[in-house]
Amino acid sequence: MMEYIPLNFPFLAAALLVGISFYILIFKRNLIKLIMGIAILASGVNLFLVALGYRAGGNAPIYTDVPEGPMVLPVPQALTLTSIVINVAVLALMLTMVILIYRHTGSLDSEKSRKMKG
Amino acid sequence: MLSKIVRTVANQLILFILIFGLYVIAHGHLTPGGGFQGGAVIVSGVVMLLVAFSSKELKKSLRERTLSIMESSGALIFIGLAFAGIGIVFFYNFLVGTPIFGRIPATGPGPGDIWTGGFIPLMNLAVGLKVAAGLSAVVLAMALFSSGEEIEE
Amino acid sequence: MAALITHSPILIIAIPLLAAFLTLPIGMASKKARNALLIVSLAFVTFLVIILARDISINGIHIYTLGATSPELTLPGGAMVPIRIILEVDAMSIFMGIIWATVSLAAAIFSLSHMASETGQNRFYTLLLLMVTGGFGMMFTGDLFNLFVFLEIASISGAALIAFRTRFADAVEGGFKYIVISAVAGLIFLFGVGLLYAQYNSLNIGFLANAMQYSTLDIIALTLFLVALTIKTGMVPLHMWYPDSYTVAPANITAMLVITSHACMYAVFRICFSLYGITLDATTVGWIIVIIGLLTMFVGVTMAVFQTDVMRFMSYHAISQMGYMWMGVGVGLAVLGNPEALATYGRDAISGGIFHILNHAMYKPLLFMTAGALFHRTGTRDLNKMGGLGHNMKFTLILYIIGTLSIAGIPPLNGFASKFLIYESVYQFNPVLAVVAMLVSIITLASFTKAFQSAFTGPQLPEYKDVKEVPKPMLIGMGILAAGIIFTSIFPGLIVERIVNPATDALINQAAYVNGIMGGGMP
Repeated sequence: MMEYIPLNFPFLAAALLVGISFYILIFKRNLIKLIMGIAILASGVNLFLVALGYRAGGNAPIYTDVPEGPMVLPVPQALTLTSIVINVAVLALMLTMVILIYRHTGSLDSEKSRKMKG
Repeated sequence: MLSKIVRTVANQLILFILIFGLYVIAHGHLTPGGGFQGGAVIVSGVVMLLVAFSSKELKKSLRERTLSIMESSGALIFIGLAFAGIGIVFFYNFLVGTPIFGRIPATGPGPGDIWTGGFIPLMNLAVGLKVAAGLSAVVLAMALFSSGEEIEE
Repeated sequence: MAALITHSPILIIAIPLLAAFLTLPIGMASKKARNALLIVSLAFVTFLVIILARDISINGIHIYTLGATSPELTLPGGAMVPIRIILEVDAMSIFMGIIWATVSLAAAIFSLSHMASETGQNRFYTLLLLMVTGGFGMMFTGDLFNLFVFLEIASISGAALIAFRTRFADAVEGGFKYIVISAVAGLIFLFGVGLLYAQYNSLNIGFLANAMQYSTLDIIALTLFLVALTIKTGMVPLHMWYPDSYTVAPANITAMLVITSHACMYAVFRICFSLYGITLDATTVGWIIVIIGLLTMFVGVTMAVFQTDVMRFMSYHAISQMGYMWMGVGVGLAVLGNPEALATYGRDAISGGIFHILNHAMYKPLLFMTAGALFHRTGTRDLNKMGGLGHNMKFTLILYIIGTLSIAGIPPLNGFASKFLIYESVYQFNPVLAVVAMLVSIITLASFTKAFQSAFTGPQLPEYKDVKEVPKPMLIGMGILAAGIIFTSIFPGLIVERIVNPATDALINQAAYVNGIMGGGMP
């Protein structure tokens, strides 16, 4: 049983991160905390993707300079990178919007800064 | 604006950060890294300058307009390279076999050959340009924005 | 010409992308050149979509492998797994492509006047073209991860466009809601993609469909996909963001957002039919989709009745109308494993749902644009403050009437044709569903009549005495869509036969979709 723990550990960590982020997204009202929640969710998903491609004892997937042996899957790393790039854009946009919301309403509380209802 | 010590150190350090960023971009097809990572390293240098000096100071040397043009040209080079292969297929690596980055890498262990990869190093450069310019514009705009200044168009 | 057709799938995606980044340098030099670039590039894309559609109706599925030595080479060197990014355009994809090309062209023309007084127009058009790229990418891609990337491109640019008029506090709030929802939905979707990749080591939809086992992990992945895309489409019970965001966006952007929402719906259908297909527990998933559709239809229209903000009112109607599509296609999905039922009414139900996408994609953007036209001239979205605008805005009035009659399903307009197809086929599946659908249609008509009355009829109000008709580009933009509605109304049989039924068959025929990828290797 014990020997499986190191292999599964990244998946547990990813699940934990996703769980924390959903807690934040549902229960926190501060907009900055909401953004942090999304950042944590992104980290959880990225960790999950990277962990998928890992092979125990594998080499880095660089074609020209590889010793004999199994290679870590390169595709999930490419996916993760793309996802990180996208998240940079999303987070930058969200932070900009929060600055604007703060300017308009003077509050970061999602209940107080709400204009629209119904 | 922070103290003179910080500003002096930042002034010296920015060169190394830029060189490291360029290294990561240029070796994207051989070592871990690439356009986005190298660009992000360069932007971390810009952020350091932003902390050391004020956003108003930095605005004088890094103009929003210049950054926009750099960003657009980075994207255009990238798409242009992709379009250049359209005689065969979009994104076809047309530089393989030519003297520019055209060598086929030898299989097996080796130090890595910079003249390989076809148009991928060039695309890394384009992406690096775009990311460095784009993210610098973002952090600069946010810094100006939160200090209460309006951004010129 | 042949080369143009071969490369058209990628050109349709890449030309708006190229134009997006050319907008800024050209726009700095000359405004007119930038506007010309916008219109010409979108018109050229529309042309490419049309010739590609014609080619697909003759030669079937169109495959495009990026970076290969030949566009059809999906399995190079006898590989078992497709290794490159592959675009797979079948009749269903191109059906969505036709809609997206038309609406984005109309919205772009509309925005030439509607956004003329805003600052930062170069960026506006860059974002608009990026959104066009994202939409086409979602429709044409044959790769799950690529779908996620294009979904995010469309979402990010869409959110920035919603919040574009930053001087309005509610616009920023709407944009923020949209980006939060999109980010969460996108990440949930990515998690599902990861689950499938973990099992089958591929991201290609055709390959995955071929290898699909429908194991527990696959069911979890399906749930994640459905949750993510239900959020993004704006279906009840996850619709709360939808009216908030769509109300505050510029009207032309709202028109385009309606179609990105349909693109997410397309992704749902693609995943259910092409990715899971026959392995799916079709009855359960079909019923889930039917019930979501039914709820959406009913809740949307009930909420719409109480709205006084014209854009908000129409947003709730957009939600309600999407319920019809889910119901039609859901009924088809529920009987997917039963060839007899599929032939008698299942196929018609799917056709009805898909035909309704086409109709909704024309009248709803038209209605949003007329609302934008009212806002453009009066500066308010409140129905109670408007009145008597029919005296001065005759063309807008006519366009609004066309849209209203169509959404309410009044014969002979196109809304009736598709709704009738849905009623007829759904009735054979379960009569209750058809009755609710008809009831919703009646409430829709009633509430639109009320909105019509408050905005256009009545005596001329003194404050709107000098209101003029909207500028020509806005009328042309709306006119394109109205012409589409009228054309579909006159020739519903032709449209169903030529465009809708092939799309339905493309959805049902999973083997053809798989074969496009797995049979595509050249010796």
